[in-house]
Amino acid sequence: MRQKAWVRTFIKVSVSAAVALGGLFLLQRLLVPKYVDGIVEGAFVAEYYGEEKDFDVIFVGDCEVYENFSPIVLWQEFGINSYIRGSAEQYIWQSYYLLEDTLRYETPDVAVFNIQSLQFDKSQKEAYNRMSLEGMKWSPSKVNAILASMKPEEKFLDYVFPILRYHSRWSELTGSDVQYMFHTKKVSHNGYYMRVDVRPAENVPTGRILGDYSFGENAWKYLDKMRELCEERGVRLILIKAPSLYPYWYPEWEEQVEAYAEKYGLTYINFLELTEETGIDYSTDTYDAGLHMNLSGAEKLARYMGRFLQEEIGLADRRGEAHLQEIWKDKIADYEAEREAQYVKYGMKEKTGE
Amino acid sequence: MLFTTYEFMGFMAVLLLAYYLVPKKCQWALLLAASYVFYFIAGADYLIYILVTTLTVYFAACRIERNAERQAVYLKEHKAELSKEEKKAYKETQKRVRLRWLVGCLLLNLGILAAVKYANFFISNVNGILSAFGSRQQLSFFSLALPMGISFYTFQAIGYLIDVYRGTVSAEKNPFRFALFVSFFPQLIQGPISRFGDLSKTLFEKHRFDAKTFCYGLQRVLWGYFKKMVVADRILAGVRTIVGDAGAYEGAYVLVGMLFYTIELYADFTGGIDITIGIAQTMGITVQENFNLPYFSKSLKEYWRRWHISMCSWFRDYIFYPVSISKPMQRFTKFSKKRFGEKVGRRLPMYVSSFTVWLATGVWHGASWNFIVWGLGNWAVLMASEELEPLYERFHKRFGARGRIYNVFQMGRTFLLVCCLNLFDCYASIGETFGAFASMFGASNWKVLWDGSLLGLGLSMLDYWILGAGVLLMLVVSLLRRNGGSVRERIGRQVYPLRFAIWYGLFLAVLLMGAYGIGYDASQFIYNQF
Amino acid sequence: MEELLEILSDLHPEVDFEVEEHLIDDGILDSLDIVNLISEISEEFDVSITAKDIIPENFNSAKALYSLIQDLGEE
Repeated sequence: MRQKAWVRTFIKVSVSAAVALGGLFLLQRLLVPKYVDGIVEGAFVAEYYGEEKDFDVIFVGDCEVYENFSPIVLWQEFGINSYIRGSAEQYIWQSYYLLEDTLRYETPDVAVFNIQSLQFDKSQKEAYNRMSLEGMKWSPSKVNAILASMKPEEKFLDYVFPILRYHSRWSELTGSDVQYMFHTKKVSHNGYYMRVDVRPAENVPTGRILGDYSFGENAWKYLDKMRELCEERGVRLILIKAPSLYPYWYPEWEEQVEAYAEKYGLTYINFLELTEETGIDYSTDTYDAGLHMNLSGAEKLARYMGRFLQEEIGLADRRGEAHLQEIWKDKIADYEAEREAQYVKYGMKEKTGE
Repeated sequence: MLFTTYEFMGFMAVLLLAYYLVPKKCQWALLLAASYVFYFIAGADYLIYILVTTLTVYFAACRIERNAERQAVYLKEHKAELSKEEKKAYKETQKRVRLRWLVGCLLLNLGILAAVKYANFFISNVNGILSAFGSRQQLSFFSLALPMGISFYTFQAIGYLIDVYRGTVSAEKNPFRFALFVSFFPQLIQGPISRFGDLSKTLFEKHRFDAKTFCYGLQRVLWGYFKKMVVADRILAGVRTIVGDAGAYEGAYVLVGMLFYTIELYADFTGGIDITIGIAQTMGITVQENFNLPYFSKSLKEYWRRWHISMCSWFRDYIFYPVSISKPMQRFTKFSKKRFGEKVGRRLPMYVSSFTVWLATGVWHGASWNFIVWGLGNWAVLMASEELEPLYERFHKRFGARGRIYNVFQMGRTFLLVCCLNLFDCYASIGETFGAFASMFGASNWKVLWDGSLLGLGLSMLDYWILGAGVLLMLVVSLLRRNGGSVRERIGRQVYPLRFAIWYGLFLAVLLMGAYGIGYDASQFIYNQF
Repeated sequence: MEELLEILSDLHPEVDFEVEEHLIDDGILDSLDIVNLISEISEEFDVSITAKDIIPENFNSAKALYSLIQDLGEE
């Protein structure tokens, strides 16, 4: 008799706990942002994990990488298998830990880092932290990335249980929150964010005068860590500065990066100075007046980068690998489909019957 | 470490687990350790204050009790040989010794409280006077941090000392147990001010895990969080907007602000006490109730019997009674009776002593003139209603103003009165308070109540809906309690799935509708630069 | 006892003090009443009630109050 009562209590408690936790799990899935429409940048980081991880080149950085290089062109024209691990305003410590995270799965030949984010010595906006970090799979790298990124008002627990962070989002739920509760849709092309529309750059403002042009200690620390990590793992680190006209890239900053690259024998490519070589035309190749490249710009930069990687670094053309060909066939199809859809969307092409 | 932080919740989870795993006789020691950890996290510098209070009061109480015991033994042994007068004289001298310990210890501890809490208030007033007289000399301020909960634990310790002096409780011999009584962490932040006689009954006991008590405690905690996080913390934005800019928000806004503040204060304070009492209950410890449905009071006098009970009874037992029945006061009564006649003469001394109490109450609430005026405002209203009592009686008789509707009217009136008095607590200065209050009369902006202006106070339509639902739920729970006792008993009688649904629903309400964390605002994703 | 009942009904004519046993618990006597009561009692019976005696048990009924007075008188 007594044992029966005990069993009943046990069943009651475990069923209640299961219902309670199950409910919380479903709620959490429902409430977290899905980043499938509107602001899709938050979904980029997670997409990497679904890939076959055998890349030759990994790009890390902020919007100056994920909007500026087309991995499809790198494959189609050079046979270079590449992926962009970038997210909006991705801070340098986040780039570092994303690279560290990537190296848990594979060792690429080249890592390309855009040095734009050296200007920040600590995280600026919680929203950007969330978009860069949430997509990472749990690992020591993610824990360290969170700890390095948190602003004073943030709590680690909010990353472990995102429902705590998004608890009040129930008032702004949309259909896609339900639709994409358990699966997601691809929003990038190997981390590349496509835009085909054009907004020419006019009247680019020059930067306002800063009190201090030297990069912060913390930022340098992570660049050092990134360089050391690459050395240790035999990855060739290339620093770049994307050709975004704005935010303004100060000559004082340029000097510091050049000095650093020289000191450690790193390759540094400043695309701002290479408009002729890349063929970037600011009246046709940007979709937001010089901040980011559109598809045309991203393909031009990819071509330059592909030539550079093959001629200077000596990366092999892997187009002959049947396995990769198979993978890329679908990717190219997606890419072309989205391109056509965007042309229609932005009224640059009539909807055709094909 | 406030109740609403993850840290506190983690701390509680670990503590509760440990509490029921350690040997039962160590439970109170664990609580002592936990309380000091809690206090240490709040600020290591504060430890010295609570230690000084604990040790001095402990020591003085032991001395007082030992003296009383010796007196009893001496009188017993010398019963035969001492004359009545000799006995009396001996008692007197011994009593004086005890009084010296009492007063010395009180002065020390109240002195510490005054130094950290009131020194700067005093200095700023002195400076005000100095500059009023054209002096350019100014005193500099102390830079002492106010130790967390000092008003509460000091009063609790003092209450204990007076009880020992009066002989109503016996002194705690174990300094560590006494230290736990002073520092018991759930009540450190906002009370209640427990009496040793009450709290010690369960604080040091061995507690076996009891599912029902534990579950009741958790429900109480959850309800407290609901009031605090869903209602109080949400409405706070509206309160801040209105009282933060008294010049811009006047007239009808003051009425809104007054209501908001009263709701906020009620939800925050009673919610916090619910959490305190609930936490204690999960550990099998009974903390005295601090509220008894205050807004069902039909008069301000009744309100003060139902609101912040532990503080009011503290002032009543340790200040009001001793002052009003003291010998000088008795003499004053006689004198005033002779001078002003039976009726007035009897009241006058009482007004004096209740003035003292309300002055002290005001000062205790905070070092500013706002609180002093607030305390005296309460006093004035209470005394006025005391004086007008016969008038009311006649009115009631004449118009037969009894029954339900009249009761509701009285409750509403008392509620508004409390709202008005609370205004002193909101605004930055007394001048602002009176200005705001006056602007309500003859206000011409009543249309802000319905023309959408209320959405500009930092509260969205959704906030209003949630607040409305929260206040309604609080009202329903209060009505249930008023008419049928414990709501938890009532829930307990339901079938398990329904019970579970109620608890889980309340939990989800706190989780989803609580005003905590970084509000997720998709608009901050709008690119402006990158 | 008679004198005590007289004092009490002076304060609250509407209450039947001979039967009422929850004067404090039911809020019939408030703190002002108690102070009044004490000053009357100390005059009438020549005992001094001190703050430590003011506990609900002593003031809940006329009977309890009367026995308090007697106890104090004996001291």
